[in-house]
Amino acid sequence: MHKAMSRFKQQESLTGKIDWFTVLLYIVLVLIGWGAIYSAAYADEGTSIFSSSINSGKQFQWMVASAVLAFIILIVDSRFYITFSYPIYGFIMLFVLSVMVIGTTVKGQQNWIRFGSFQMQPSELAKLGVSLALAKYLSGLNVDIRKWRDKWKAFAIVGIPMVIVAVQGDTGSAVVFLTFSLILFRDGLESYFLIIGASVLVISVLALVVPKFILIGVLLALAALFIYFSRRNRKLALIVAGLWIVASGYVLSVDYVFNNVLKSHQRDRVNVLLGKEVEKGKDWNIKQSIIAIGSGGVMGKGYLQGTQTKLKFVPEQSTDFIFSSIGEEFGFMGSLVIIGLFVALFFRLLHMAERQRSKFSRIYGYCVTCILFFHFLINIGMAIGVAPVIGIPLPFISYGGSALLSFTVLLFIFIRLDTQRYETMR
Amino acid sequence: MSGKDLYRNRHQVIQVIILVFAVIFLIRLLYLQVIDTKYDTLAKNNAIKEIDVYPTRGMVYDRNGELVVYNEAIYDLMVIPRQAKGVDTAKLCSLLGMAPGDYALRFAEMKKQRGYSTYKPAVFAKQLSLRDFSRLQEYLYLFPGFYGQVRTIRKYPHRVAATILGDIGEVDDRQIDKSGGYYKPGDYVGKSGIEKVYEKELGGTRGKKFVFVDVHNREMGSFSNGEYDTLARSGDNVVTTLDIKLQEYGEQLMKNKKGSIVAIEPETGEILAMVSSPGYDPNLLCGAIRGVNYNKLLRDSLLPLYTRPSLATYPPGSSFKPVVGLIALQEGVQDIDYYVPCSGMYVFAGLSLHCSHHHPPARNIQFALQESCNSYFWQTFRNIIENRKYDDIHEIYGKWVAYCNSFGLGVKTGIDLPSEASGNIPTNKYFNKIYGVDGWHSSTIISLGIGQGEVLTTPLQMANLYACLANKGHWITPHVVKKITDPETNKDVTHPYQNHIININRRYFDAVSEGLLQVVEAGTAHSARVEGITLCGKTGTAQNPHGDNHSMFAGYAPYDKPKIAIAVVVENGGYGAAFSAPIASLMVEKYLNDTIQTKRLPLEKRMMEGNLLNKYGIKTNVSANLNAQGDE
Repeated sequence: MHKAMSRFKQQESLTGKIDWFTVLLYIVLVLIGWGAIYSAAYADEGTSIFSSSINSGKQFQWMVASAVLAFIILIVDSRFYITFSYPIYGFIMLFVLSVMVIGTTVKGQQNWIRFGSFQMQPSELAKLGVSLALAKYLSGLNVDIRKWRDKWKAFAIVGIPMVIVAVQGDTGSAVVFLTFSLILFRDGLESYFLIIGASVLVISVLALVVPKFILIGVLLALAALFIYFSRRNRKLALIVAGLWIVASGYVLSVDYVFNNVLKSHQRDRVNVLLGKEVEKGKDWNIKQSIIAIGSGGVMGKGYLQGTQTKLKFVPEQSTDFIFSSIGEEFGFMGSLVIIGLFVALFFRLLHMAERQRSKFSRIYGYCVTCILFFHFLINIGMAIGVAPVIGIPLPFISYGGSALLSFTVLLFIFIRLDTQRYETMR
Repeated sequence: MSGKDLYRNRHQVIQVIILVFAVIFLIRLLYLQVIDTKYDTLAKNNAIKEIDVYPTRGMVYDRNGELVVYNEAIYDLMVIPRQAKGVDTAKLCSLLGMAPGDYALRFAEMKKQRGYSTYKPAVFAKQLSLRDFSRLQEYLYLFPGFYGQVRTIRKYPHRVAATILGDIGEVDDRQIDKSGGYYKPGDYVGKSGIEKVYEKELGGTRGKKFVFVDVHNREMGSFSNGEYDTLARSGDNVVTTLDIKLQEYGEQLMKNKKGSIVAIEPETGEILAMVSSPGYDPNLLCGAIRGVNYNKLLRDSLLPLYTRPSLATYPPGSSFKPVVGLIALQEGVQDIDYYVPCSGMYVFAGLSLHCSHHHPPARNIQFALQESCNSYFWQTFRNIIENRKYDDIHEIYGKWVAYCNSFGLGVKTGIDLPSEASGNIPTNKYFNKIYGVDGWHSSTIISLGIGQGEVLTTPLQMANLYACLANKGHWITPHVVKKITDPETNKDVTHPYQNHIININRRYFDAVSEGLLQVVEAGTAHSARVEGITLCGKTGTAQNPHGDNHSMFAGYAPYDKPKIAIAVVVENGGYGAAFSAPIASLMVEKYLNDTIQTKRLPLEKRMMEGNLLNKYGIKTNVSANLNAQGDE
């Protein structure tokens, strides 16, 4: 009797501690995604949203599976995830590697694993493994990210799966791992890593667009100004001069990297984004996506009324380009709602991360936020033509079982950790 | 907890990064969705396609309501390439009468066509007859991705009047340009005959349908529930003036002979029959077989594609004499009882000309016509040209040309067919050019008096001339279409046709008529005499420097109340009395009595079997032996 009471109490306290606002945002996004997938798949009137012959029916099955998984995650004690962080990481790494032996090839990438009729991409899980391992490592007692010794270890945790995934040909998923630099930054990684990273990106783009010697000249002028104002500090002046030399060298080497390291389809994607002339048809996807979104207007064409979507002008409609379907049928108002919901979710998750007593939970919370944000950034950016075409899903919205399941696991582990936010866990 | 959280404020940096990108996205979306409106048009251009809805072409009837041109359903065997998997190709090819390897060959051809897509239906086999298609249909389940699409082709149940009814074919680039975008490549339009002239009426009006198409250009349902669609309006039916039975009879009579028959109802100017011989089965130029057959007909030395009745010109010979007589009488240079002795020879200005045969002297114009006396008409022509009333030859000759033109000679009659020759009545200018302004006299051009020399007429002009003689002084523009009927409302539209009045006293026409009656009753065209029918007419023998003379006859019947005017030309047929006059008499008898008298049947047989092909240097008429598909 007493035992039963205490278990009931524990249950009650668990439901009371769950961050229901986050769960609500999750449910709303998944339902919106489901509706959008139905719209993208909808062909004949009368086909039910539940019909397993179309994507929305299959997605419904994944949604049920996700709900079950989320429930299981919530009843497992948080300490489980902390204790088994490294084994989970190790297991997932083996899983990712196994793809190269037993994987199936889908759309030219051998990174899918098939269990009967169920296919999944282990690289989706890699993000979860890295999040757990990184949180575990950084919450260690004597770990200080400012020290190079610890830095290398943190880089290795992120870098190893990133390289494996990249080698397997899924450059898109590999790029997502860059998001972990934000977490390291939050925990003390020196700002210049971000500044240098951002500078490299900006200079790369400029080097492809602006004539090189003009760019080098502008950089020289900037460096000269900087040195002039800080001429008292000779050491800083020398560093700036050195940076200018490195930057100029980089500018000159961008073309070589662009033409010889990047694959032709990657070059095309960059060229499309920069508005350069590409071979006819190469920019089809992005053009059609922009037409779909642009033709939505303020209020959209109405649910199930999108012509670009219905008539299959936008490829990968239910997965990578799901946002164009929403933009077409619900217009600017719909876009506003989606972006609003995501921003609300990110801010809520950051808020939750900051209220954690345990460092592990906080770091893990950042990992979840940053992974979701990066997917949001690339996926919507791609659909509206401000990011290169990198085929990664929009969290909770895009069609796909392994994506929905892994995002659900990622999020609900954090929600579970959050229920024990006042405890110190290690 | 491992010491203090030194970087707590860095979470704000991350918040700012999130906000900055969210704002960038919203600005971009505001621009795409709200500010720039071009995307709406781009999406519509993608998804909405305008499709033409073709009307059914109007049908053609003869004057008695007999159907002469209609549309027949045929089938195109279509295939959607990506669905054509697991096809029993050997069976399909054998059903279509193709070699087994042709299957792959056809696909290779289709791939080369513009706009080919594996999602889009393409024509695998064109224009299968109903019979061929129904045989195939039983096995269609063996050929996934294949299906039949109904189309129509023109069908001519009577197989006659090919060049008059005309044919349809794919529109050419010039017509497309001229139509201002109405016609599109691959559209069918009238190419000749009635089909061409009445294209606007027969063709109907195209409708438009707006449909959604997907990225593979497949139709995905109607746009806006068809709110902007327009219906196709069927073509009007055309009722021709032809009597198709008479036309058939005429073509039988003209078998194995080159030439023409033109029959006109004098009162109305309606063409009753217009035979161009040799003809061909108009069904030869329908559907898939058109191209091959057209080339065969084009190469035929007998020129079956040539519309002889309105295009071929011949010297009218003696058939022209009534015109000469009428002008002389109206000009007052002689009266009806003008007398010219004929010794079989006419001597004038150092010329000595021969009359065609011996006969008693002509004591009036009736007798001159009956005997077709050349001397009489030379003299008559001379009287006209040497008329003292006029100052010089140019004035009187101009008057002569004007008279001839008023009969529809030397000018186009204005018939509603696409091509017509104007024949030739030489003008002042022409003679001035050849002989110099003062270099020609009545003696120079004397042969005009008997319809020889430079005078050229089409069979149509001759029939029209005799319709005018039958009407005693006026003619209605000849035409082949009686009325246009709207198939929906059954309302008729008729065109008024011009009445051309000849400025010659009716009394003179009466005299000429008497003469023309005597021609058949007792004169040169005695072979054309039909008991019970008062046929008036005039034979003609057009001199032909290339071979035997062309046999001609023109006339009308009955004498009192003419119902039919007719002109017959048989090339290289010799004297008019040999072929043309009997053929004309049979046509008239057939039209007026509907049967041929028993005692005239041998004549009918002789005419039908009369074969002049050896005179044209060939053994068989190739075009007549061509067979249109599915006709057995």
